[in-house]
Amino acid sequence: MLRGIILALGLFGLWLLLSGVYKPLWIGLGAGSAIAVTLLVMRMDVLDSEGLPAQMRFGTFRYWGWLQAEIVKANLAVTKILLSPRMNISPAIIRIKPTQQSDTGRVTFANSITLTPGTVTVDTDGDAFIVHAVDESFADMDALADMDRRVTVIEQR
Amino acid sequence: MIEMVLDIATGVLLAGGSFFLLVGSIGVLRLPDFYSRMHAAGVTDTLGAELILLAMILQTGFSLITVKLIAIGFFMFFTSPTSTHAVANAAWAAGVRPLLGKDLKPGDGEAGPKDGAAS
Repeated sequence: MLRGIILALGLFGLWLLLSGVYKPLWIGLGAGSAIAVTLLVMRMDVLDSEGLPAQMRFGTFRYWGWLQAEIVKANLAVTKILLSPRMNISPAIIRIKPTQQSDTGRVTFANSITLTPGTVTVDTDGDAFIVHAVDESFADMDALADMDRRVTVIEQR
Repeated sequence: MIEMVLDIATGVLLAGGSFFLLVGSIGVLRLPDFYSRMHAAGVTDTLGAELILLAMILQTGFSLITVKLIAIGFFMFFTSPTSTHAVANAAWAAGVRPLLGKDLKPGDGEAGPKDGAAS
């Protein structure tokens, strides 16, 4: 129920931001749509910790900031490879075991790996992620373990 | 005065964003196989798109459009890795295997000596 209220308020807020027209009719339509969508979602029974990860803590924002810095660094490293006259790459496949307990946490970790240029999560194999790295220098187990640890910290507790 | 500084900053950000979009495209052409090309595309939809969004935010000042631009960046933050993974996973499931190592030999997808677990 609490998740339903959060979702309805979030959707209504999004409507207000995107419409920009603040007449009673438009606001009423927005409220109606938000409530209707929330009821549909509740009927579909997908309003859980995955559909609406309300358990994510404030630390998530700090993590996004850190991830953004990592993305910039990785972008510069990939750019250097792409523009080098003789492209000397050595692609690699590595396996890494995530330490998160929940699916949401694991998806966050896998998506973080993919979002950082140079590494892409390709598949899961049992309880390990299969990660493709464009060069061995990106297949850095310590850096990935560090990211893994940071995601585990912001995971649901 | 402030407007001029903003315009210059916008120009620098747009140029930077365009540079990374171009690098991404060059990378897609130069890299040898499917999986490595995906990494080049990643440059385009992270830093390239972000810098251009940032430039547009500087131009709109503080208005409802700013919030919409931030929302676009926010959604890209979540959808771009998801779509990249979907493509990679589809190729993997269909049996496409990456070229591995210095001599770019077709690999069987098994982990090399760098195998290990996070702890």
